Amino acid sequence: MTDLSIIAVISIFTAGLTVSFGALGPALGEGRAAAAALNAIAQQPDASSTLSRTLFVSLAMIESTAIYCFVVAMILLFANPFWNAAVEAAAQSTGG
Amino acid sequence: MELTPDDSIAFVIGGIAVNSTIFNTWLIMALLTGVSVLITRNLRPDVPPNRWRTTLEVIVNGIQGQIFEITQRRDQRLLYFTGTLFLFIVTSNLLTVVPGFDPPTASLSTTTALALSVLVAVPLFGIGSRGLRGYLRTYLEPSVFMLPFNIISEFSRGVSLAIRLYGNIMSGAVIAAILLGVAPFFFPVVMDMLGLLTGIIQAYIFAILATVYISSATASPPLPDSKQTAKDQT
Repeated sequence: MTDLSIIAVISIFTAGLTVSFGALGPALGEGRAAAAALNAIAQQPDASSTLSRTLFVSLAMIESTAIYCFVVAMILLFANPFWNAAVEAAAQSTGG
Repeated sequence: MELTPDDSIAFVIGGIAVNSTIFNTWLIMALLTGVSVLITRNLRPDVPPNRWRTTLEVIVNGIQGQIFEITQRRDQRLLYFTGTLFLFIVTSNLLTVVPGFDPPTASLSTTTALALSVLVAVPLFGIGSRGLRGYLRTYLEPSVFMLPFNIISEFSRGVSLAIRLYGNIMSGAVIAAILLGVAPFFFPVVMDMLGLLTGIIQAYIFAILATVYISSATASPPLPDSKQTAKDQT
């Protein structure tokens, strides 16, 4: 395999791995948080406004870890610096 | 595929290429300022409030109520700062429905600028309420050994604020573009609606987190005092 194809294979594989594990953890965490909030709302319906605000904020905090993984995967797929460097090096070696 | 609207050029003026992030940011600022000026132009006691003015009052009162619920204080400067952040982000995210409009919050530059302004505002508000020594002492709480961790957490807050907003808005655009290639008729609409919901929630969370950070830096009065003042003011 050439350098370029090795970089492409590893980038695509790592992007898939990043998204899969990055979705796994936050999904479990968000499920627990939502279940706990539903329990609390069922016990105390009066406090539902405070509970849902706290739930939204904490869900977004948990979800941000998944978003970091998504950003990393997107960088690997569409803005990979090593890919660009390898393409430039290949262009220079063929041109010069 | 474009990951950021920084690369698309809106127009070229005098040899300087203005990218669509800058153009759309100024467009939103002009929209917000222009609408507010138009509505509050006839703000006199003898003019009865019309529906536009009532709408504006509902929005401002809602933001004020949310801030009061978190900080338990009536702080107008906090309302100006986080309210402006919220209105800017929510307008930018909602205008995604306009075809051809790249939301400026889908660019990492805009969200970094917003997060930097929060990072600068936290010490300013803290020094303003506790004084320089009192603010610097909060870095030594609960003990001196926590100093590096407190400094690290200050910066990681900024990074997470910026990347969270950028990632959420950018992911909406990217997923819609991918689904447009896979199932072009119905599915992208559903994902766009989800994107609108995410946009509003993210704007809310950005403003709430900024409020929480600032109020934790300024929370100097002890608990019974703050309860007392809260009762007095309500």
